[in-house]
Amino acid sequence: MFQAAAREFAEKEVAPHTEHMDREGVFNHELLDKFFEQGFMAIEVPEAYGGSGGSFFMSILAIEEFSRVDASAGVVVDVQNTLVNNALQRWGTEAQKQAHLPRLARNVLGAYALSEANSGSDAFALETRAREDGDGYVLNGRKLWITNAKEAGLFIVFATINRELGYKGITAFLIERDTPGFSVGKKEDKLGIRASSTCELILEDCRVPKADVLGEVGKGYKVAIETLNEGRIGIGAQMVGVARGALDHAVAYARDRKQFGKPIAEFQGIQFQLARLATEVEAARLMTYNAARLKDAKLPFLKEAAMAKYFCSMVAERVASECLEVYGGYGFTKDYPAEKYLRDAKIGKIYEGTSFMQLQTIAKMILG
Amino acid sequence: MDYGFTEYQTALRDLAREIAEKEIRPVAAEYDREGKFPWPVVKVLAETDLFRVFIDEKYGGITEGSPIFNMCIVTEELSKACGGIALSFAGTALGAIPILLSGSEEQKQRWLPDVAAGKRLAAFALTEPQAGSDAGAVRTTALRDGDHYVLNGAKQWITNGGEAEIYSVIALTNPAKGPRGASCIVVEKGTPGFTFGKKEDKLGIRASATRELIFQDCRVPVENCLGREGTGFITAMRTFDVSRPGVGAQALGIAQGAFDLALEYACTRRQFDAPIGSFQGLRFMLADMAMKIEAARALVYATARYIDTQPKERPTVYAAMSKCFAADVAMSVTVDAVQVFGGYGYMHDYPIEKYMRDAKITQIYEGTNQIQREEISKALINAFHSRRPAVARAA
Ligand SMILES: Cc1cc2nc3c(=O)[nH]c(=O)nc-3n(C[C@H](O)[C@H](O)[C@H](O)COP(=O)(O)OP(=O)(O)OC[C@H]3O[C@@H](n4cnc5c(N)ncnc54)[C@H](O)[C@@H]3O)c2cc1C
Ligand SMILES: Cc1cc2nc3c(=O)[nH]c(=O)nc-3n(C[C@H](O)[C@H](O)[C@H](O)COP(=O)(O)OP(=O)(O)OC[C@H]3O[C@@H](n4cnc5c(N)ncnc54)[C@H](O)[C@@H]3O)c2cc1C
Repeated sequence: MFQAAAREFAEKEVAPHTEHMDREGVFNHELLDKFFEQGFMAIEVPEAYGGSGGSFFMSILAIEEFSRVDASAGVVVDVQNTLVNNALQRWGTEAQKQAHLPRLARNVLGAYALSEANSGSDAFALETRAREDGDGYVLNGRKLWITNAKEAGLFIVFATINRELGYKGITAFLIERDTPGFSVGKKEDKLGIRASSTCELILEDCRVPKADVLGEVGKGYKVAIETLNEGRIGIGAQMVGVARGALDHAVAYARDRKQFGKPIAEFQGIQFQLARLATEVEAARLMTYNAARLKDAKLPFLKEAAMAKYFCSMVAERVASECLEVYGGYGFTKDYPAEKYLRDAKIGKIYEGTSFMQLQTIAKMILG
Repeated sequence: MDYGFTEYQTALRDLAREIAEKEIRPVAAEYDREGKFPWPVVKVLAETDLFRVFIDEKYGGITEGSPIFNMCIVTEELSKACGGIALSFAGTALGAIPILLSGSEEQKQRWLPDVAAGKRLAAFALTEPQAGSDAGAVRTTALRDGDHYVLNGAKQWITNGGEAEIYSVIALTNPAKGPRGASCIVVEKGTPGFTFGKKEDKLGIRASATRELIFQDCRVPVENCLGREGTGFITAMRTFDVSRPGVGAQALGIAQGAFDLALEYACTRRQFDAPIGSFQGLRFMLADMAMKIEAARALVYATARYIDTQPKERPTVYAAMSKCFAADVAMSVTVDAVQVFGGYGYMHDYPIEKYMRDAKITQIYEGTNQIQREEISKALINAFHSRRPAVARAA
C-alpha cells in the first residue's frame, strides 16, 4: 500500500517537474513542501517526534519509486531519511532528538557533510578542524559536494579535533544554516541528478556549542560509518528506481516504434536485450530489498548492503545506457527521457563510497 | 607502438594532433556548453589542408593513395580533444563520399575542389522520422519536371545541417518502386525551397549541428543526380562501407582522449597517502581500458587500409565490425574514465564526463550497433551459403 502511494505520488506530483528541474538544475520548492506534507521526509521517525513511524524498508520503497521518475527526487528523500534522520535517531541525545526530529519531519531539509576536496574515498583524512573553545568548538575548513546544501536548514558536519589522532579525532556536529561563520558556497553544475543541489560548505571561525556535538567527541567516524552502511542501501534503491524507469520507458518505446513494418519489439535482438536487462533489474531489486529487510530485522547487513550498492549501480548504468540505444537517435536528444536516465545513473558508482570502496568492504567481509 | 604509418600519414597525424591540442582542446568545453558550430576551428582545418586528405589529387586532394585511412587518422586525432568538433570534419567526409563514389567526372570537378579546400562543408542526408534503421522507408520525393527534380519532404538529424553547403540527399525519383526508386541527389544550400528546421538539443557532440532539412518544391537540376536514377541506395550502402571506419575512428579518438585524462588523473590524485593509480583494482581497470582501445585501433586501422586497397569484395563486414566494436569500446572506456575521476568526474568543470556523453552517439548513427550486428551476421551467413554447393544446401 505504501509502495502504491509512493508510486502514485511520484507519477502525479514528481514526474511533471522532472524535465524542467533537470534543465534548470533547481529543485522545485513546492514539490519539496509536498514531500514534507505527505510524510516522506521522516518515514522512519517515530510518531512521537512527528514522523511517520514506518520502517527502513518503507524508506527504501519511497526512494525507489521517486527515483524511477526522477533520481534527484530520490536522493533528496534518501539523504533526509537514510543519513540525516538516521544519524540523529541513533546518535542524538534526547534533547537533540526533541529539538530536531520534529523539524526534519515538518519542513527542514537536512544535509550530511563528510567529503572534502582532498578526502573522498579516504574520508577520514578530512582536514576541517574543530578547536575546543570554552563551552563550544570553533570550526574552520571546507566541505565539498554536499547534497541538499542549497535548501537545507540543518547540517551534520564532520570535523577533526586533532588530525594527529587520525580517525579517532573525527567528531560530528549539528550546525544550523544561519550559524555565523557558516556559509553555503558554489553550487556545482553536473552531468546528472541536476535538480539535486551539490554545494561547497565554508566554515570560517564557525562556533558550535558543545551541546551540538552528535554522538561522542572523537567518535564521529562511527557516526559516519554506521549511517553510510545503511545509506548505501538507499543508493541501491535509487539505482533500482533509475534502472526500472529507464527500462519501463524503453519497453513502451519498443512496442510503439515501428521499423521494417513492425514494432522493433518484434526483433529478437531487442527482445533478448530487454529480457536480459529486466532480469538484471530484478536481481538488483531483490538484493536491495534483502539488505533492507535484514536491517529492519536487526540482523547483520553490512556485506549485503555493500553488494547491493555495488551491483545496483552497475546495473543502472548498463540498463540506462542500453535503453538509450533502444530509442535509436531519439534517445540521444533531449526531447526524450532516455539520455537523462544515463546521466543520472552514473552517480550511483561514485557517491556514498565508490564501487571500488564497496569491493573493498565486501572483500574484507568475505576474506576476514 | 609502430602502426606502420607512412611518412605522410605520420606527418598528418602530427599535424592533426597539434591542431587538436592547440585549437580544439582549449575551446571544447565552451562549444559543448553553448552548442555552437566551431567555425574558427573549421577555418584552421581548411587552412592546414586537412579537408584534402580523403579527396583524390585530381580534385584538389592529397591522399597519397590512402584516403580512408587518412580520414580515420585525422578523425581520431581531432576526436581525442572533442568528438563533436571532429564531426565537422568527419561529417563533411561522409557528405563527400557519395560524390567520390558515384559522381561523374564533371560532378566531381564541380563540387570536390571546394570541399578539398575547406571552402564548403558537406553533409549526407538519409534519415527521416519514420526511416532510421529502416532507411528503405524514406518518403522524400524528387520528381522529374523537365530538366529538374522537384524535392518535397524532410530529412531528420542531419550532421552539419544548416552549416554545410553541399548535401548528398537520398530521395525517391520513382516512388512506385520504393527503395529501388531512390536516387542520391546533390542539393546546394541556398536553393529555393530548401530550408532548415529545428536544431537538436543533444546529450553529446553538442558542437556538431544536427538539424532538420526541409524541401518544399525545391527545384534541382537533373545534373545533380549522382549516378543513374534508382541507384540511391546502392550509393548509400557503398558510402557506409567506407565511412563507418570513420565512426570507428571517432569512437577510438574519444576513448583514447578519455583514457589519457584518466591515466594522468590516476597518477596525480592521491587518496590514502598514495596515488590512486597505485591501487591494483584501479590499475587493472586502466589495463583493461588500454587493451580494449588497442584492439579497437587494430580493427579500425586494418579495415581502413583494406578499403584503401579498393578490394573487389565489399568491405561491409569489416566496416560494420570496426564501427560497432570501437563504439562499444568507447562507451565502456569513457564510463570507466569518469569512474577514475570519482566525484570530480561528475562535474561539468572537469572535462571527463563530456567524453562519456560524446561516446554514446557512436553506437547509434551510421546504423545502430544492432544494425551492424545484423549486417555482419547476415553477410557471414550468406557467404557461408554461397560457398556451399547447392546440393549440400538442399540437404
Ligand atoms: C553529486 C554528488 C553528491 C555528493 N553528495 C555528498 C554528500 O552529500 N555528502 C558527502 O559527504 N559527500 C558527498 N559526495 C562526495 C562523494 O561521496 C565522493 O565523491 C566519493 O566518496 C568519492 O570521493 P572522490 O570523489 O574524492 O574520489 P576519489 O576518492 O579521489 O576516487 C577516485 C578514484 O580512485 C578510486 N580509489 C580511491 N581509493 C582507492 C583504493 N584504495 N583502492 C582502489 N581504488 C581507489 C575510487 O574508487 C575512484 O574510482 C557527493 C559527490 C557527488 C558527485
Ligand atoms: C546526433 C545525430 C546525428 C545524425 N546524423 C545523421 C546524418 O548526418 N545523416 C543521416 O542520414 N542520419 C543521421 N542520423 C540518424 C541516425 O543515423 C539514426 O538515428 C540511426 O540510423 C537510427 O535510426 P532511428 O534513430 O530511427 O532508430 P530506430 O531505427 O527507430 O531504432 C530503434 C531501436 O531499434 C533497433 N532496431 C531497429 N531495427 C532493428 C532490427 N531489424 N533488428 C534489431 N533491432 C532493430 C535499433 O537498433 C534501435 O536500438 C543522426 C542521428 C543523430 C542522433
